[in-house]
Amino acid sequence: MDRILADPGVRIVVCCGAGGVGKTTTAAALALRAAERHGRRTVVLTIDPARRLAQSLGLTELDNTPRPVKDVNGEAGGDLHAMMLDMKRTFDEVVLQHTEPARAEEIFANPFYQAMSSTFSGTQEYMAMEKLGQLRARDEWDLIVVDTPPSRSALDFLDAPARLSRFLDGRMLRLLLAPARAGGRSMFSLVTASFGVFSRTVQKVLGAQLLTDLSGFVAALDSMFGGFRERAEQTYRILQAPETAFVLVAAPEPDAIREAAYFAGRLREERMPLAGLVLNRVHRTDLPGLDAERSLAAAAQLERSGEHRTAADALRVHAALTQQAVREERVSARFTDAFPAVPTVAVRAQPADVHDIDGLRTIGAALTTAGLAPAG
Amino acid sequence: MSGEASIGQVHPAWPARLHVVTGKGGTGKTTVAAALALALASGGRRTLLAEVEGRQGLAQLFEVPPLPYAERPIAAAAGGGEVRALAVDAEEALLEYLDLFYRLGAAGRALRKLGAIDFATTIAPGLRDVLLTGKVKESTTRTVDRRRAYHAVVLDAPPTGRIGRFLNVTAETARLAKMGPIKTQSEGVAALLRSPMTAVHVVTLLEEMPVQETVDAIGELTALGIPVGRVIVNGARPPLLAGAKPTRAELRRGLAAAGLPSDQATVATLQAEAKEYLTRRALEESLRAELTELGRPVVELPLLPGGVDRAGLATLAETLLTA
Ligand SMILES: Nc1ncnc2c1ncn2[C@@H]1O[C@H](COP(=O)(O)OP(=O)(O)OP(=O)(O)O)[C@@H](O)[C@H]1O
Ligand SMILES: Nc1ncnc2c1ncn2[C@@H]1O[C@H](COP(=O)(O)OP(=O)(O)OP(=O)(O)O)[C@@H](O)[C@H]1O
Ligand SMILES: [Mg+2]
Ligand SMILES: [Mg+2]
Repeated sequence: MDRILADPGVRIVVCCGAGGVGKTTTAAALALRAAERHGRRTVVLTIDPARRLAQSLGLTELDNTPRPVKDVNGEAGGDLHAMMLDMKRTFDEVVLQHTEPARAEEIFANPFYQAMSSTFSGTQEYMAMEKLGQLRARDEWDLIVVDTPPSRSALDFLDAPARLSRFLDGRMLRLLLAPARAGGRSMFSLVTASFGVFSRTVQKVLGAQLLTDLSGFVAALDSMFGGFRERAEQTYRILQAPETAFVLVAAPEPDAIREAAYFAGRLREERMPLAGLVLNRVHRTDLPGLDAERSLAAAAQLERSGEHRTAADALRVHAALTQQAVREERVSARFTDAFPAVPTVAVRAQPADVHDIDGLRTIGAALTTAGLAPAG
Repeated sequence: MSGEASIGQVHPAWPARLHVVTGKGGTGKTTVAAALALALASGGRRTLLAEVEGRQGLAQLFEVPPLPYAERPIAAAAGGGEVRALAVDAEEALLEYLDLFYRLGAAGRALRKLGAIDFATTIAPGLRDVLLTGKVKESTTRTVDRRRAYHAVVLDAPPTGRIGRFLNVTAETARLAKMGPIKTQSEGVAALLRSPMTAVHVVTLLEEMPVQETVDAIGELTALGIPVGRVIVNGARPPLLAGAKPTRAELRRGLAAAGLPSDQATVATLQAEAKEYLTRRALEESLRAELTELGRPVVELPLLPGGVDRAGLATLAETLLTA
């Protein structure tokens, strides 16, 4: 991993993975390491970081601008900025950029815009891409490390922007804009006819105001469709370029590993460069010779003797750890067997959560060592 | 069905009729919802277990083919009860609803082909939520021969991050639909969700983020006037090494007594593992205290070493009833 962080040709590192596996932590740890060890001017774009981690990074407000992170060792000549994605504000910025102020005000006031800019599934992914595109265009940093939104599936990050732009210039919207327009006897008119029924029904069910608002929203956005799509495509191309490295994060659990395998397959199809897999929060024992069965039997024997209770419990602790390690290795092998060429690094589960700069340094060191760094 | 267990009675420990199960992603919402549905069905009762996110989590859990939009028996509960399952789908719910009012028939099917319904519920997520919760309300309050169709309904709900918005249906629809039957429907749902018929249970693990989200969600639900039920701690492990930090001498003697190698490396490693375990446990204790402070009843469910299978679900169901 150090090789990637040090490589001046690498300008973007994207951390992806299923929900809750440690994407944000990994992104922050990699960015810190790039700044401190490799002297790179680095910015990390975080999305919904845990509150205490955000505080350690100096992110007290959601203001969409990179802020310098304190307590970063700058001896190597690098520095670290951090920012937190403000989805709604990013969306507003995009609108402002593509339309004149009066129109923008209209859009902002529309209840559909308000609903969509804060809740539409995929908006967060799209806005993360958008922000990444903006940061890259500014060209102020040697390295941009991007976290990805919490979603069930890592693939959402790749698919959501396309889905959103397809949606925004899709045929449904056009039909809705002009439900009464088409005539003729084609299949299309049949469709349009039932659509007329639909929009009348929607009108009855939801009230006429809703349709008016929706049409207003669509008409207002109409002028920006081209812009939306173009930008999404541009950013997508950056992701395919050799200057980008994807780091896939997974926890050694069945769902996360399955997700990681899908994602790795998809990256291969899209010709996007997968730099490696981070197996995060793994458990290992330094005493693999003493297996769970023997420890449990010994614990039971000590228990019966009525003495050595503490030792018996210590053996049980060891047995549980060993069982977990064995289970995790079996699960992880599903990925490593399927993608033997993908470099893998394991990061141990820390006894407590990671939310300060020192904790990030520990993770950063673990991410860049072959084999396992000690926990804690 | 015996008189005592006749539908219409509510379990004394779980008095609500609609149990909404939320929690941070991956904490065990689906597992706990299933266990609760089994628990409440025991002794000859009938419950409905519903999911709303289109993920077929219930089918996976019970290892059956994907569930249709229909209430189907999925498991038998202890003592002759029955759990039925339903995957609520917004599109189907909308069509069902429109049919009720407008007799759409073939036009409805054409609309679906076109993706119109998906479109309508995508552009207005609040609309989708009203349809989903509307269906849940319908099954909760449905009567057959003047008796409730279900003794209880358990909903495998969206995660904590979305639960407030999901359940706060009136506010969400009011933003978009200012009149019409959808608005009326959402008001009915809102009334049910704010009544003692409903309880929202929050599942958590003894980890920082899930606990934080539990605290936040309970604050949000309370502010919305939606009744919070229990906090359910999932994956709890039996405490070991109660307070005691093992010394090397203690470990060496114990290992020797058990006939295991007691060399320095072994002893040191065991001690380090014990120390890490105790750090972890101290953290869990403080999280547990934080949960207790919320003032809601807390139930703990054990970590099942063999994973969640039918026997495991039965164990969890029993724990829920006795807790
Ligand atoms: N190696 C580790 N050891 C212990 N705790 C960890 C480790 N990695 C991450 N964590 C903790 O796990 C939690 C989730 O991590 P993080 O927020 O980075 O995940 P995420 O993938 O970004 O989640 P989301 O999908 O919700 O955005 C955090 O509380 C973090 O401190
Ligand atoms: N008490 C338990 N003991 C052991 N494993 C458990 C327990 N509860 C849940 N699990 C396992 O944890 C994983 C997550 O559980 P589950 O799917 O119920 O969570 P969820 O909150 O519904 O997740 P999602 O947010 O993805 O819907 C599953 O693999 C499940 O088998
Ligand atoms: Mg995150
Ligand atoms: Mg689930």
